[in-house]
Amino acid sequence: MENIDVIIIGGGPAGLAAAIEAKKAGVDNLLILERDSDLGGILNQCIHNGFGLHTFQEELTGPEYAGRFIKELKALQIPYKLNTMVIEIKDKIVTAVSRQEGYVEYKAKAIILAMGCRERPRGALNIPGFRPAGIYSAGTAQRLVNIEGFMPGREVVILGSGDIGLIMARRMTLEGAKVKLVAELMPYSGGLKRNIVQCLDDYGIPLKLSHTVTGIDGKDRLRGVFISRVDEARKPIAGTEEYISCDTLLLSVGLIPENELSQDMGVEIEPLTSGPVVNESLETSQEGIYACGNVLHVHDLVDYVSEEAGHAGRSAAQYVKNGRPETAGKDIPLIPSDGIRYTVPRTVNADRMEETAVIRMRTDGVYKNCYLNVYFGADRVIHKKRMVMTPGEMEEITLKKQDLKAAAGLDRIIFRVEEQ
Amino acid sequence: MYDVTVIGAGVTGCAIARELSRYEVKVCVIDRCSDICEGTSKANSGIVHAGHDAATGSWKAKMNLEGNRMMKQLCEDLDVSFRQNGSLVLCFREEDKGALEKLYEKGCANGVKGLQQLSASEVRVMEPALSNKTVAALYAPTGGIVCPFELTMALAENAFVNGTEFMLETEVLSVKKAEQGYELETDKGKILTKTVVNAAGVYADVFHNMISEERIHITPRRGEYCLLDKKDGGIVDKTIFQLPGAMGKGILVTPTVHGNLLTGPTASDLSDKEAVDTSAEGLSQVLDMAKISVPGLPVRDVITSFAGLRAHEDSDDFVLGEAKGAPGFYDAAGIESPGLTSAPAIGKYIADLVVEKLGIVEKTTFIHRRKGVIHMKMCTTQEQKRLIEVNPAYGNIICRCEMVSEGEILDAIHRPLGATTLDGIKRRTRAGMGRCQAGFCTPKTMEILMRELSLEPEHIRKKGPGSELIAKRR
Repeated sequence: MENIDVIIIGGGPAGLAAAIEAKKAGVDNLLILERDSDLGGILNQCIHNGFGLHTFQEELTGPEYAGRFIKELKALQIPYKLNTMVIEIKDKIVTAVSRQEGYVEYKAKAIILAMGCRERPRGALNIPGFRPAGIYSAGTAQRLVNIEGFMPGREVVILGSGDIGLIMARRMTLEGAKVKLVAELMPYSGGLKRNIVQCLDDYGIPLKLSHTVTGIDGKDRLRGVFISRVDEARKPIAGTEEYISCDTLLLSVGLIPENELSQDMGVEIEPLTSGPVVNESLETSQEGIYACGNVLHVHDLVDYVSEEAGHAGRSAAQYVKNGRPETAGKDIPLIPSDGIRYTVPRTVNADRMEETAVIRMRTDGVYKNCYLNVYFGADRVIHKKRMVMTPGEMEEITLKKQDLKAAAGLDRIIFRVEEQ
Repeated sequence: MYDVTVIGAGVTGCAIARELSRYEVKVCVIDRCSDICEGTSKANSGIVHAGHDAATGSWKAKMNLEGNRMMKQLCEDLDVSFRQNGSLVLCFREEDKGALEKLYEKGCANGVKGLQQLSASEVRVMEPALSNKTVAALYAPTGGIVCPFELTMALAENAFVNGTEFMLETEVLSVKKAEQGYELETDKGKILTKTVVNAAGVYADVFHNMISEERIHITPRRGEYCLLDKKDGGIVDKTIFQLPGAMGKGILVTPTVHGNLLTGPTASDLSDKEAVDTSAEGLSQVLDMAKISVPGLPVRDVITSFAGLRAHEDSDDFVLGEAKGAPGFYDAAGIESPGLTSAPAIGKYIADLVVEKLGIVEKTTFIHRRKGVIHMKMCTTQEQKRLIEVNPAYGNIICRCEMVSEGEILDAIHRPLGATTLDGIKRRTRAGMGRCQAGFCTPKTMEILMRELSLEPEHIRKKGPGSELIAKRR
């Protein structure tokens, strides 16, 4: 069995950035295991632009963004294996299978989980009706169009206004399909504002908020869908049903971090994010196992994935070189409250953290003209004005090591949305 | 000229064909669908019933008991997933205990072995997740679960290997008496046959009534189901029924042989024999009723839902045997629950009638065993290593949720009566049956189908004609 210092599971944006930073932090014996035939993960099918504004101060396409990291990875001579599926992780032994090498086991000192996420399928929504061809999750359709060169259909309805759904509304339109509408269950969109403007408004595609698909017509191939208005409890309102003929229904109804491997190895999962519980070092409940990117929590922007993953890479390198640092200070819980649904990480330790720690979070609804406040115990220490906060746009707060060190007796940090 | 033509490639038709394939006889199985197991056989509970529900002396009771007895050996011979997990019928009210007692007595009269009446506390020891409102239960240790797709495919493949012909995507339009037997008009031409076996599911009455003076009438009785994630497969170990009502055995909660949790079915009588669509009311009824048995049922973990049509005959029993006034035309009609359990017994019963009629003899070359697709997931580490060594395609994982490799998909395509569609691959390998419901593997499976069957992209189908996955190029 081969010994590897840091194994990175997944060669998408998170895995790439984690590997690069681990290498730069002094780990030479590392390995990326990627199940697809190329590095880059989901970015390879995201051929639209808008990636890299934060990281590179320019607008790149997905493959271009991935390409920058892959170029650096290759320059750093970081080893990776493609077409390789990790099937089990146990006691830091990673088991993978591939066509070229068969059944292989590696013993790791540290592992970085960077498996990304998957899409919620139709079944999870329990949409009634027939089960014809023509119903795709938006990401699957994106792969078919952008990678395989296939058109899933010609007349499209999209359920869910997550970013992939919005992007696919534009993409299908550009490929000659008629996108009839995007229906969204919630009274607000789950996607970025810029995507609503650039992908729907610019093409005259209607967005129907507080609507959902309540029926599927067509036994063999989709013939149409029924959409209905929903009430405040998100239940369809009788009598509002409308028939829309279409041959394709794309679903963009949520992403789920893909934590089968993590759960099988006993990593604790946070139900609100469906990702591992992590501390400020992005270490999971198991020592030497780190998580980053969409497997940790679903991000809006790849730039933040790269940043977070880099951090995981440095943490893993630190662990391999120095072990887990003994600290005098304790882990301070981060408490989401008053409009904040969750935070990642869930604890910080002032002794272990880097000079700053980025805390990412989402709100539980739409808030206008309010403040994002952070309290050290009872003291408000951060006070940020926000014109609008929505669950579709992730918020972040940077905590400074020196502030935490200076706050004597600090036992909790609370995050709130407040009017003042 | 065929000796026997079986209409319907569901579990009943395939079981009959497999029994007939033991003999020196020319048999053809016809189905309008593009694959075997496309009708009711693919959308049911997957239960091997113990046999306490059917009226004593009925065909249902007789075939259920016999089928239950045959199932274990058959599944061993044909490499089909089967588990005798036992079943419980729950009683929630003191005043219903009498009905439970009656069910026990009926079960005993039907010949069901090992039936036990359990007290509330005994039930909870056996199944801790059950409702604390349970006051008593009937335990049937001979109840079981089976994979209905595997069973149907296995019967069909074994029949095929033993010389049975299959004409798929062929719709029988009419059946007429001919000089020497029957003439079947199909959308692909005429078929002459000495005998006919009518195993046409919800359409069996249509064919029967074409040749028999004694009418039968089948009502499609829809049953809707929800399938839950594998992480919930262990919530109950046994198949959990509620006390039966007039429309059937009520909503059950059961593990499947592959480790999911299944709940359903509803029961609504329809007139449309094609109405396999689910309804909002039906699906919520399934989950509400299931929660009466298992209050902690994690309804958020539903990964898919489906509906099937039971072929309910007005007599409330199976219609088995030679149709009146139509010598050589054999019905296996009205096959609703416990049809899956009964299939092996019905297969034998109908085949015996045909054998006697035709005076045919057994072959010496009958192959009674069949090997199914080898699943990586079910293999030990050593077996996995060997599989990949011998064929590297087993190292290429296509469906991550169910851990299905390219090797398995190739096997599914190239085995007897192999898969030609996405659903065909799904039912033979489980690729696409997991929690992402084919989101990940669809493009990869399509690619393999195109390559192996030399298909153009726009000809890849989910199931039958008209279910193309990709739009035609302009």
